[in-house]
Amino acid sequence: MTTGTTTSRALAEASPVGAAAAAGTVPATAPGAAGPRTGATSSGRRKRRSPRDVLLRASVPTAILALWFLGSAQGWIDEKQFPAPWQVGSAFVELVSTGVLWENLSVSLGRVAVGFAVGGLLGLTLGVVAGLFRLGDQLLDPTLQMLRTIPFLAIAPLLILWFGIDERPKIIIIAAAALFPLYLNTHSGVRNVDRKILEAGKVFGLRGLGLVRHVILPEAIPSVLVGLRVSLSVSLLALIVAEMSNAPRGIGFLMVSAQQYFQMDVLVVCVLIYAVWGLSVDLVVRLLERVLLPYKRLGRKP
Amino acid sequence: MSAQTVQDTAAPTVVVENVGKSYGDRTILADFSLTLRPGEFVALLGASGSGKTTLLRILAGLEEHDSGTVEAPAERTVVFQEPRLVASKRVGSNVILGQRSTRDRRAAASAALAEVGLGGREAAWPTTLSGGEAQRVALARALVRNPRLLLLDEPFAALDALTRIKMQALVTELCHEHRPAVLLVTHDVDEAILLADRVAVLQDGKVGVELEVPFDRPRRRGVPGFGDFRRRLLLELGVEEAIGAA
Repeated sequence: MTTGTTTSRALAEASPVGAAAAAGTVPATAPGAAGPRTGATSSGRRKRRSPRDVLLRASVPTAILALWFLGSAQGWIDEKQFPAPWQVGSAFVELVSTGVLWENLSVSLGRVAVGFAVGGLLGLTLGVVAGLFRLGDQLLDPTLQMLRTIPFLAIAPLLILWFGIDERPKIIIIAAAALFPLYLNTHSGVRNVDRKILEAGKVFGLRGLGLVRHVILPEAIPSVLVGLRVSLSVSLLALIVAEMSNAPRGIGFLMVSAQQYFQMDVLVVCVLIYAVWGLSVDLVVRLLERVLLPYKRLGRKP
Repeated sequence: MSAQTVQDTAAPTVVVENVGKSYGDRTILADFSLTLRPGEFVALLGASGSGKTTLLRILAGLEEHDSGTVEAPAERTVVFQEPRLVASKRVGSNVILGQRSTRDRRAAASAALAEVGLGGREAAWPTTLSGGEAQRVALARALVRNPRLLLLDEPFAALDALTRIKMQALVTELCHEHRPAVLLVTHDVDEAILLADRVAVLQDGKVGVELEVPFDRPRRRGVPGFGDFRRRLLLELGVEEAIGAA
């Protein structure tokens, strides 16, 4: 009977936040709040997973990998339709050794870095301004809420007509993608700071900038981090689309040319790179949460 | 010079005269007057919705009054019904919220935490505290500033019965040590009698009855006369207490 309870607990502990963010949706709760409440709150450490737990968690991915190996070796999977693991491996090694991978990956990373820096900073700044000041809200929010309803990918053809196929349309699409999740979450985070805590701040002598610095921004950080997570995931999507239309370099270009030459193995390598990218984004945000919100992992109350 | 000083210390800490306050056409306070002398502990009793919290918020500077005059010192602090701590600041920083974090201030925060029985907990996060502990941090935050006026807005209402008794004793003790003028807003008659020097009952937007509490400290429920005094206050609040069959 113990088996049943252990498994259901393992299921319940799987983080819903990461999955939701990866799907591009905003989780209803603040990050961390939805996470599992493990024991050992006094020491503040997460409970160590038991070996049995780790084994169970690893079992399904391992089984899928094993099936892939077996299927390819036995010829159940048609090589022309889907390459064998070792083919993907050797394609990866070749892409790395010839420098092709890094040449294209660095271009893609650069695009997201610039696009995200521009769009993210803009979204953060506008969100803080519109959240703090009534005038800012009146001037910015209606426009941004309207623009937000335009799917950013829909403006790609327009941008290509305006700017050609150089870097500008790609960076603009990524920036536009990154801007809105950060704007929306920062705006609502700043807006929805508990009025009662604001009042306490005022009673104890905080005014203006002091109130912003010591109460409003710290209280808004959980919401900003949700925005950051969604922003980073969405800018990856924007990158893929931007690079697949007329890019001379980049992971997207690598994919398009692999498609033209039926290089299935290279295609799969590219997909895996995107997957690792998405995973790293999630890890970075989790790390930021740990640094910026140390109290979220503790706590009696969710 | 010395006469001036004497007069200053004898001057009341809070003078509220003929204060009126309404929201729309709903009148909350009408012709409300109340005086607090230095070191005096006054309980303002009222049913819920009677405007007692509104008066406290006016004294705290969180609300404007429509008419009348209010004199309250700038050195005033509040303990609210909820702890209202900043979740992202450790307990020590919450105590000195709004003040520059100098070594002196941090030492004062530690001393205040020790006074409320939370010595050594400076580095704890508010989310790890129980309701009673969080409320004690709020009390330390209010006392560390050496206020001339301490405003208590039903600070025990959200606590469980046992924690409430301990907190009431702690507040009484600390108020006698620090001697601020205290205004406790509550609907709990027993609490008012146990804690206050004087009880003012809020009726129809003004103080209807004001009574000195005639019992020596430390106070207990059940000393002779307690029941009568309690019944009298309840009657002023429009409540006749008789539970069970006649």
